[in-house]
Amino acid sequence: MYDIKNKSNNSNNLNVNKPVPFIGKGFQPKTRSWMGYFVFFIIIFVLELGTSTGVISSLTLPKPSDVLETIIQLFQSGLLFKHLVPSILRLVIGALIGISLGISIGTLIGLFSYFRSGLVPVIAAIFPIPKIALLPLFVIWFGIGEGSKYALIALGSFTPTVVATYGAVDNVDRTLIRMGQSFGLSWISIVYKIVLPGAMPGILSGLRISLAISIILLVAAEMLGAEYGIGAYILEAGSLYDLERLFAGVTILSLLGITVSVFVTKLEQKILKWR
Amino acid sequence: MNIKIKNLNHSYDKSKVLSDINLEIMDGQILSIIGPSGCGKSTLLRLIGGLEKPCSGEITQIGSPPAGCLNAMTYIFQDFALLPWRTVEENVSLVLEDHSLSNEIKRSVIDDVLDRTKLKDFSYAFPKQLSGGMKQRVAIARALAVNPAVLLMDEPLSALDSQTRELLLEDFINLWHRKPFTAVYITHNLSEAVRLGHKILVLSRRPGKIIETISIEKPIADRKLIDKDLDQYQKHLWNIMHDEARAADAELLNV
Ligand SMILES: Nc1ncnc2c1ncn2[C@@H]1O[C@H](COP(=O)(O)OP(=O)(O)O)[C@@H](O)[C@H]1O
Ligand SMILES: [Mg+2]
Repeated sequence: MYDIKNKSNNSNNLNVNKPVPFIGKGFQPKTRSWMGYFVFFIIIFVLELGTSTGVISSLTLPKPSDVLETIIQLFQSGLLFKHLVPSILRLVIGALIGISLGISIGTLIGLFSYFRSGLVPVIAAIFPIPKIALLPLFVIWFGIGEGSKYALIALGSFTPTVVATYGAVDNVDRTLIRMGQSFGLSWISIVYKIVLPGAMPGILSGLRISLAISIILLVAAEMLGAEYGIGAYILEAGSLYDLERLFAGVTILSLLGITVSVFVTKLEQKILKWR
Repeated sequence: MNIKIKNLNHSYDKSKVLSDINLEIMDGQILSIIGPSGCGKSTLLRLIGGLEKPCSGEITQIGSPPAGCLNAMTYIFQDFALLPWRTVEENVSLVLEDHSLSNEIKRSVIDDVLDRTKLKDFSYAFPKQLSGGMKQRVAIARALAVNPAVLLMDEPLSALDSQTRELLLEDFINLWHRKPFTAVYITHNLSEAVRLGHKILVLSRRPGKIIETISIEKPIADRKLIDKDLDQYQKHLWNIMHDEARAADAELLNV
């Protein structure tokens, strides 16, 4: 319409029919779950091709099919469960301690100003410490056995849970609490029926982070004085420079991570079905 | 039960919000309060319901709440304040759970209020599935469930579109007609005020003072959306409000 030729025409030229261009494209996150599998497939395919043709030397990376074979052997020999069961036990017990303490303390901080003023600085001081650095200390305190491993995982999952929980409690809609008070609900009812359910979305997204940190710390703890466990298995493979077994261990870890993440997603879907 | 307010003053920090409020809420009547935004209407309602303490003055309950009243002063909030993780029925049940009532009584109370607010078919819906009008119905059902002595309503229809507002207003009038309750109805909408109020209080801009009290004799059930009798009141109120509203508007710009 801004054509020179058209300039003499009336700008309301009714003979020109043009669909309104669609300009609202993009910026809308959608899930395309097949894309994830596709990327995985491509990476593994390229590695397989590279290692079997010799473009990638066997000293750099193992052949994916060999890694798979190692995992299958591990499974058939029963060794897989010998390593996996103690690891999962440590993860569950350690994370359970850390997360339940974290939710309790976080709720107290969210609800009571004395707890808040007293504990927030302490939490802020503990939060940035790489917990792995404390492992030797925990070995002295709790012994080389399971105790120090639980303690490390518990502390690692505790701090992010506390921070997520009191943030979530802070963010609970005040008008809902006011509503509870105005109907004369007891303090306990307000906490259990309004504050905690309202904080649940925040607590659950904290859970995701806490569990990921727990897995990292699990491996670290098992590298010190554990006979069985995924961490011990990886450490042993690494010291023997056995790349297939090293990668088999790493693959199992990453599967463990995915399982945990799926677990949290399922939990969210169940608990937060009202959203 | 009547409520009497005497010489009430209230300030936040140093700024005065309510000044020398005297009024009486009569049993079985609806008291409308109008005033420009920011004049302290919500604050007054919070004081009446005991959510905050007045700086000075007295708020007294005269007489005792009706039999079977579980929560004397009961709010209906502008933003509904429903728990999103509870269904309609569970939201109503929330306010009964802290009282030692048998399951049958609870059941019958819930059924009764959901029936009165036409929510029977939505018992198991979550708030996110409901329209604004439906949500406010749930909040009204919840308030009726405790059989309140006084309903305190803070602009309950302001978050709704005008058609829904009219529908809810009619439902509300029917509810009152079937079983009269005592209510304080806060609004900045003149037509709502004259439709519902037995008495209408006009507050000045901040600090809120009562600048006019009018009573409307016409029975609430007989008042209509388009109603000549109400027009004169509405015009009168608008004349008073006009200057206050303009001044309040200009004040905000000067801050
Ligand atoms: N908790 C509070 N702290 C400080 N100031 C407040 C508080 N609540 C309300 N105010 C102030 O008091 C005045 C009256 O508020 P409000 O009662 O909400 O007015 P309205 O409901 O009539 O619009 C406003 O100027 C508001 O900023
Ligand atoms: Mg208000």
